Amino acid sequence: MTTQILIAGFGGQGILFAGKFLANKGLLEGRQLSWLPSYGPEMRGGTANCSVVLSDQPIGSPIVTKPDVLIAMNLPSLDKYESAVVPGGVIFVDSALIERKVRRNDVKAYYIPATKLAQQNGIPTLANMIMLGKVMRECDFVSYEGIEDAVRTVVSAKHADLFDVNLRAINIGREIE
Amino acid sequence: MANKVLMKGNEAIAEAAIRVGCRHYFGYPITPQTELAAYMAKRMPKIGGTFLQAESEIAAINMVYGVAGTGRRVMTSSSSPGVSLKQEGISYIAGSDLPCLIVNVQRGGPGLGGIQPSQSDYFQATKGGGHGDYHLIVLAPSSVQEMADMTSLAFDLADKYLMPAMLLADGTVGQMMEPVVLPEERPVEFTEKEWAVTGTKTARPHHIVNSLYLVPEELEKKNFARYERYAEVEKNEVRYESFMMEDAEYCVVAFGIAARVSKNAVAAARAEGVKVGLIRPITLWPFPKKALAEAADKVKGFLSVELSMGQMIEDVKLAIECRRPVELCRRAGGMIPSPDEVLEGIKKLQGGRA
Repeated sequence: MTTQILIAGFGGQGILFAGKFLANKGLLEGRQLSWLPSYGPEMRGGTANCSVVLSDQPIGSPIVTKPDVLIAMNLPSLDKYESAVVPGGVIFVDSALIERKVRRNDVKAYYIPATKLAQQNGIPTLANMIMLGKVMRECDFVSYEGIEDAVRTVVSAKHADLFDVNLRAINIGREIE
Repeated sequence: MANKVLMKGNEAIAEAAIRVGCRHYFGYPITPQTELAAYMAKRMPKIGGTFLQAESEIAAINMVYGVAGTGRRVMTSSSSPGVSLKQEGISYIAGSDLPCLIVNVQRGGPGLGGIQPSQSDYFQATKGGGHGDYHLIVLAPSSVQEMADMTSLAFDLADKYLMPAMLLADGTVGQMMEPVVLPEERPVEFTEKEWAVTGTKTARPHHIVNSLYLVPEELEKKNFARYERYAEVEKNEVRYESFMMEDAEYCVVAFGIAARVSKNAVAAARAEGVKVGLIRPITLWPFPKKALAEAADKVKGFLSVELSMGQMIEDVKLAIECRRPVELCRRAGGMIPSPDEVLEGIKKLQGGRA
């Protein structure tokens, strides 16, 4: 099975970090994977996006043009990538920042007020991880088991104090019905 | 199994270079290869190596020339506009028969161009971007694993054939992360080379590293000798990957990131019953001419997929002596063809021959 994931939002929302988490989780599970960031001027405040491919086979293109899973963290990202999602795919929307609904009816959509939840829980920079918690609840392309190891890998030794809050953010997302 | 780590392509080059004994790096920052220089800046001082951010690309390549003359492993890296600036130095290094590694993480051009990925320095890399009769060994990695493996290979080939080697990567392969098994750490051993400039201690005649030969007979002799070595490289060091070519009626030719995208298109075409395969040149010089000529005996047509206006396509046509049609699927200026665009190219090729 191959899963193509596109995470998109503003620079500073932890888009690339969320992708790194999934990539590291995939690595720990012994999967094939690729992680590709958008790079360049858009990193400084504009849109940022990140392609992650997880597979059991060698990966061809690392550029996700037709995502199975889209995580949209702002309106421009949903506007830009909604039509690219494969029929039967899944779209996760940060409904605290995106007021409109997904317009397609051949995809599954989940609305998570992640940015609001992050603020309410005193972890305002971790809306990205709340989104991932919900993604892991609804999708099975990575397993929840061994989540601590993946968080530990991606939170560098320098910022070990952030281990607990990242884990908490994931669990907040995971508990959303 | 050896330990897999998650790294960016640019970082994998840097770490691999250190592990195979490179202790001297000279460069000047430019997107999208900056992570390579940053990695070297962090690591080299800790292991007794040299990291030097030169005042310009021209200075950096001439520092490489200097260290190469002492017989030590040395490298520089840049992206397209920066590599243009290095061409004079590269020609001098080739003319002095010295080994070194040059990394080009390509971006869109010409001119200052853009910062998104490109393959439009193919001509510059494979045909000699500087002046005079010379070649570089040109390797085209298409994954983070190959960024590491080919760094090691490039140093070995450069040492073996006494010529500069180039890694011709692009912004995508440089910026992406994939699991990679890094090469084993080799001890940095230094054996005195019979040509290296290391000080005579008045115990031996001078070794002279030079590319100036004012007597034409002498310069011609040098060039002929160099081309005898190049012939050995062409005979021994051609590398390519053949993908689904066994029963193929059409052949896609692509390297680096274009080959990755093309693999998706080949799989999609196969799912629709189109018998198509892919030949991926791994060495761009020497070019896998024989593999393509043999493919031309079996397939009806070729599709060259490139992140340029069409450069490698000329070598494809030469390799098959124009015996089959060769079509082009291209994007330029930092754009990358999608698998759908490549698939469309394959179908056009098929239609044209029906």
